[in-house]
Amino acid sequence: MAADTHARQIAGLDALELAPARRAGLLTRAWAGTWPVALAVALVLAAWQLVVLAGWWPEYVFAGPVTTLTELGHRLGEAEFYQALTVTMRRAVVGFALAIAVGLVVGALVSRIRPLRRAVGSLITGLQTMPSIAWFPLAILLFGLSESAILFVVVLGAAPSVANGLITGVDYTPPILLRAGHMLGFRRLTLYRHVILPASLPSFLAGLKQGWAFAWRSLMAGELLVIIANRPSLGEQLHFARELADSPGLLATMIVILVIGILVDRLFGLADNALRRRWGLHQVTA
Amino acid sequence: MTAPLTEQAGGRTDGQQPAVRLQAVSKTYGQGKASLLALDNVALDVAPGEFVCLLGASGCGKSTLLSLVAGLDAPSAGRIDVDRRRIALMFQEPALFPWLTVSANVEMALRAKGLGKRERRDRAAEYLEIVHLGGFGRKRPHELSGGMRQRVSLARALAQDADVLLMDEPFGALDAMTRDLLHDELERIWRERDLAVLFVTHNVREAVRLGDRVVLLSSRPGRVVEDFPVTLPRPRRTDSAEVAEQAGEITQRLRQEVMRHGAAPNRVPREAAPDAR
Repeated sequence: MAADTHARQIAGLDALELAPARRAGLLTRAWAGTWPVALAVALVLAAWQLVVLAGWWPEYVFAGPVTTLTELGHRLGEAEFYQALTVTMRRAVVGFALAIAVGLVVGALVSRIRPLRRAVGSLITGLQTMPSIAWFPLAILLFGLSESAILFVVVLGAAPSVANGLITGVDYTPPILLRAGHMLGFRRLTLYRHVILPASLPSFLAGLKQGWAFAWRSLMAGELLVIIANRPSLGEQLHFARELADSPGLLATMIVILVIGILVDRLFGLADNALRRRWGLHQVTA
Repeated sequence: MTAPLTEQAGGRTDGQQPAVRLQAVSKTYGQGKASLLALDNVALDVAPGEFVCLLGASGCGKSTLLSLVAGLDAPSAGRIDVDRRRIALMFQEPALFPWLTVSANVEMALRAKGLGKRERRDRAAEYLEIVHLGGFGRKRPHELSGGMRQRVSLARALAQDADVLLMDEPFGALDAMTRDLLHDELERIWRERDLAVLFVTHNVREAVRLGDRVVLLSSRPGRVVEDFPVTLPRPRRTDSAEVAEQAGEITQRLRQEVMRHGAAPNRVPREAAPDAR
């Protein structure tokens, strides 16, 4: 067989085998993602309004959606709200970043060192199931009513998930990739760096996502319990809204907390999707 | 790992040092009563530049043997002489890293050699060109077909610049046409690069199509039953009468081996039959 025909045959087969790329346009995808959310929000608002109309509670205890959203609109126009938001988000970011650092170090060590795994492997999972609010009495004893107390609990809440994500990823590295890495001449640390760590990325990302959820919960619990003077925060607003029986304000703050949680979760979802697409793990939907 | 091979060279190697030499190699899995003898007293030489096909039905320890030669596992007895730094292994699956592009996958073979980034990329492009995937360096493995992935895997193995290429049923999962083309490719590359190839397969025709020798292994435990030299002129074709004839002889021998086993003595496992593929 002439080399040329040969190459052309191969090229022909390759072209036949490759599926044409099909991915809906940006607008279509945006719409497909938006309308179910809009529908869900509408349903929730309707249910809420119905409960208010049912009159189980007086309006000053349980405000309706219209009052609440108006209040939320007001707040969004005030500087105080943004101060509170800034404080809360700074705590969230710092706490989560610290949790990632701690989780990475612990996860890396525990996944590599077998005796350490036996010693603290189940402890990490145990920590994960412990309600973070249970740490606050100790945190307040140790650090007083301070930023450190909040950070301490946020890190304790999120780090185990991060560590566990990494450990799971390392454990589930496909053996064939380990063998391939070995054959390519990677050993121990280089194998860890070039094969095991990248292979555990999807699981690590899932750990991050879960860690964020724990961090956010711990932070809100912390801000309700640890109120620092002249340091407005979302949790503090929640606390004072209850003290002042400000139902619309309370609900408005809750909505803000919920929305932030959802938005950050969405960010992780996007990262996860991008990763799956790169790796070819996504389901091909017809 | 280059063990001394001084006075023992001989056999088919005609005074040359073999690229791979197995002497009285046995492999047992497990211990005591539950232990399983996978390989029993296997002796095998592969000369530099020689293409040897290892053939056997299921359970003959073909893959075990490759793992031992590759150093992924250690023999229970016997010795294996091979330069482990000059050896590459191609798996049944492509075993590509999904987080890397096609080019970066090939570059991984060069990374361990400590080449610079620029040089790695250029060399990877050359190797991809050899397997006719020149334009696909920036793709991800999942964007390619099975045959293309297996070629990337071949390019990665070649990039290691090894003297010995171990192949564990590398084309088993491919369709017949793609496999035929890859046989031609492999033969060309083997000649150009003067590789010693140890190729494991359960497909008799594939073995005769490719090998200078076909080494037949028995099953449970794996032993070398017979060593068939294949002297048909190259290039051969899988569907030619000569290949079919010699494959028939070897299959006959394989049948006898298989019939010594098990509950259904007259049945040949489908995968060992010559017409199964």
